[in-house]
Amino acid sequence: MALRIGADAPAFELKNVDGTTVSLDSLKNGAGALAIVFSCNHCPYVLAWEDRLIQIARDYAPRGARFALINANDPVKYPADSFPEMQSRAKMKAYPFPYLFDETQEVARAYGAERTPEVFLFDSSGKLAYHGAPDDNYDDPSGVRRHYLREALDAVLAGSPPPVAETPPVGCTIKWK
Amino acid sequence: MEIEFLYFEECPSHGPALERLRELLRREGLKADVRITRVETDEEARRLDFPGSPTIRVDGRDIDPEGAAASPVGLFCRVYRTPDGRFSPLPPEELIRKALRRADGRTGD
Repeated sequence: MALRIGADAPAFELKNVDGTTVSLDSLKNGAGALAIVFSCNHCPYVLAWEDRLIQIARDYAPRGARFALINANDPVKYPADSFPEMQSRAKMKAYPFPYLFDETQEVARAYGAERTPEVFLFDSSGKLAYHGAPDDNYDDPSGVRRHYLREALDAVLAGSPPPVAETPPVGCTIKWK
Repeated sequence: MEIEFLYFEECPSHGPALERLRELLRREGLKADVRITRVETDEEARRLDFPGSPTIRVDGRDIDPEGAAASPVGLFCRVYRTPDGRFSPLPPEELIRKALRRADGRTGD
């Protein structure tokens, strides 16, 4: 079961595509909001939302929001989601956020993540404020009616609860070992 | 015209994809039996040469043969490219329409 709204972010230390180790504490430090997005390389839902997530991260960085993507898929079953492939993807798309490898899948289990992409947005005190999909239309960016993540970021950065705190995550299932 | 619609339950675009297919059949004025197959195991995926969910074949031919050839066979969610180059888990209308018209003896768009 996924974290409940208001829950604390479970701690982690994971390997980033640049070879460094990134911790939850380092991401939270001074952030007005922190979006943890379970993601991967191969999933068409991730690919469909990828440019939008990159743009959201760029738009909200000046306001104090931070993002990190975590890939927990089993690379044996899905070689496209291996660490070297993650490094290639992050470089090709010039990810403006860390892209972390949850090799043991313990972090995905701690968050209760089930899909890619699946967004967990925490406020400045580290409490879960929004969980779910980035917006309401994976297929067509021009057809989006509700920008759930942007709306939640606006609210959290203003010190308010998001207008919608939870939506069903839509995407590929995480590939467990 | 025979249409096969193959899907893997864990990929949520199969419902909207089937709706899109049926809507296009209606708009094109075509009647066809749509045989729906739920692919549940890796063995089934191999036997059916299943390049991911959803997959649509019209008279035995994939609506996107090049995409199918480039996709791994297995229980994956399938990636489609839209005419403007975006990625989508939904087969674009244009691909489905083109395949239906080809099978109906009409060509092009």
